[in-house]
Amino acid sequence: MTDLTDLGIADIRNGVRAGTFSAREVATAFNANVAAAKALNAFLIDTPEHALAAADAIDAKRAAGEDLPIMAGVPIGMKDLFCTVGVEARSASKILNGFKPTYESTVSQKLWDAGAGMLGKLNMDQFAMGSSNETSAFGNVISPWRRNDGGNAALAPGGSSGGSAAAVSARLCPGATGTDTGGSIRQPAAFTGISGIKPTYGRCSRWGVIAFASSLDQAGPMARDVRDCAIMLEAMSGFDPKDSTSLDLPVPHWEAGLSSNLTGKRVGIPKEYRLDGMDAEVAAVWDKGIEWLRDAGAEIVDVSLPHTRHALPAYYIIAPAEASSNLARYDGVRYGQRNLPDGAGLQDMYAATRAAGFGHEVKRRIMIGTYVLSAGFYDAYYTQAQKVRTLIARDFERVWDSCDLLLAPTAPSAAFALGQESDDPIAMYLNDVFAVPASLAGLPAMSVPGGLDSQGLPLGLQIIGKPLDEQGVLNAGLAIEERAGFTARPAQWW
Amino acid sequence: MLADQAMSVDSKTVKKIASLARIAMSDDEIEAMVPEFNGILGWVEQLGEVDVTGVEPMTAVIPNVLRLRDDVVTDGDIRDKVLANAPAAEHGFFGVPKVIE
Repeated sequence: MTDLTDLGIADIRNGVRAGTFSAREVATAFNANVAAAKALNAFLIDTPEHALAAADAIDAKRAAGEDLPIMAGVPIGMKDLFCTVGVEARSASKILNGFKPTYESTVSQKLWDAGAGMLGKLNMDQFAMGSSNETSAFGNVISPWRRNDGGNAALAPGGSSGGSAAAVSARLCPGATGTDTGGSIRQPAAFTGISGIKPTYGRCSRWGVIAFASSLDQAGPMARDVRDCAIMLEAMSGFDPKDSTSLDLPVPHWEAGLSSNLTGKRVGIPKEYRLDGMDAEVAAVWDKGIEWLRDAGAEIVDVSLPHTRHALPAYYIIAPAEASSNLARYDGVRYGQRNLPDGAGLQDMYAATRAAGFGHEVKRRIMIGTYVLSAGFYDAYYTQAQKVRTLIARDFERVWDSCDLLLAPTAPSAAFALGQESDDPIAMYLNDVFAVPASLAGLPAMSVPGGLDSQGLPLGLQIIGKPLDEQGVLNAGLAIEERAGFTARPAQWW
Repeated sequence: MLADQAMSVDSKTVKKIASLARIAMSDDEIEAMVPEFNGILGWVEQLGEVDVTGVEPMTAVIPNVLRLRDDVVTDGDIRDKVLANAPAAEHGFFGVPKVIE
């Protein structure tokens, strides 16, 4: 019999529906993989009983002859910043030690309603602030991938959804939730040879998702292929009155709408993304992607997004500003950890709690955010950045006159070694240079594997679409997937 | 203008910011943060060169209207759930250190 953990979301659901195997068998197989992969540090908490209970419910439904929902019998990994009832949610930060939500995030509830179960909570960069998973308070996630030089250097899985990426890539789960504020789904997907999509801002409810930068945060699926992403995104999306920025629109049937025929589509190649000194292998995969889309029937056009180079610095004003405000809630009073020095008053307790609870990168971003929002600097930094953000969004609005989609690399390099870039924050921030513009404009964007570099490591291709055109993005992703023939997977060493 | 401001961040400023952000930091930590702060601020200062004449700051990436709902109670009566995660809940309230002598 096939190893059930080699199956993706669609195959699992279809097999459970057909009775080829039971949902319990699937959950049991993935629970075993999770338990055997501690060396990756991808899961912070294992919840095998949750996966089994969801599976049993699906098996009972099938036995009763009921129709099975779109993720029936699919066990998934849940990024640690989603609140799920009764299971510690810490956003990989010590400051939330012991926090067991008494409520369920809208996205996770939708996944359970769609028949999924939870294998566990996935490691991540602390409060989603990072591009390598090195800011987690609970240790680095180790990428399942290794270079082909025999050196066995521990590589970064990317971040912030590094646990999600590592777990999907290593077959610990067929799909995982991610969140993307400035590339946190797409960059780790690229680093680990999987697919991931950030939908249009407002498609997935932010309710019950531990906030980083609210005007940018969007949840999305990470899975092994485009079809699986379409299924899982469909399950996660939808209007939620509890999120004031949720879009009150019907959820399209993205899986049913998948088509890799791009005839009539124009794909723009933004010249500003071709950076001086660009990694030659990244550029080569981009060129291949252009050929693949042309082969799928698309017309390729050269386009310009003139404010691209200002996106990253604007992001590093806006995101910390929002973070400093969002993270003000961690005060040692209502949830999580409290540090109360002897004889301390309320203010000292706040400061001691936050000093002990937040990691260095989180403190740095809170303080940068506090500074750019402070009296006398607000207009020079924050207002200026929000104006630049308008210009970046306008670049995209104008480019849609000449194309329907954009194709670019996902990240400027393949995965780097853990520790390699952690000393220089700006070098680390540059990982998201291609990902951040779409985030600032709220656009749907996806990463799909494009191939391996000469070190044997995956490189991703990014497709950016018009607002609400997830279907166009998924279809172009499918066209690339069919032509890239990416079947590489990390050799199991863990 | 941005450049001058960025250069002016010294340990006194960083200490003030840490205080505003309610993060206790030792003098050594403050000193270590000064160059990191200046590095990041020096890098974002390039935004000052963008011509934003007549440009409105972004307020919403996707056109959306903030909805109003009927002014009725839709939630509540969950005191124990609200307090369930408090480090020091007492008598149905959040407990904090004494603030009045």
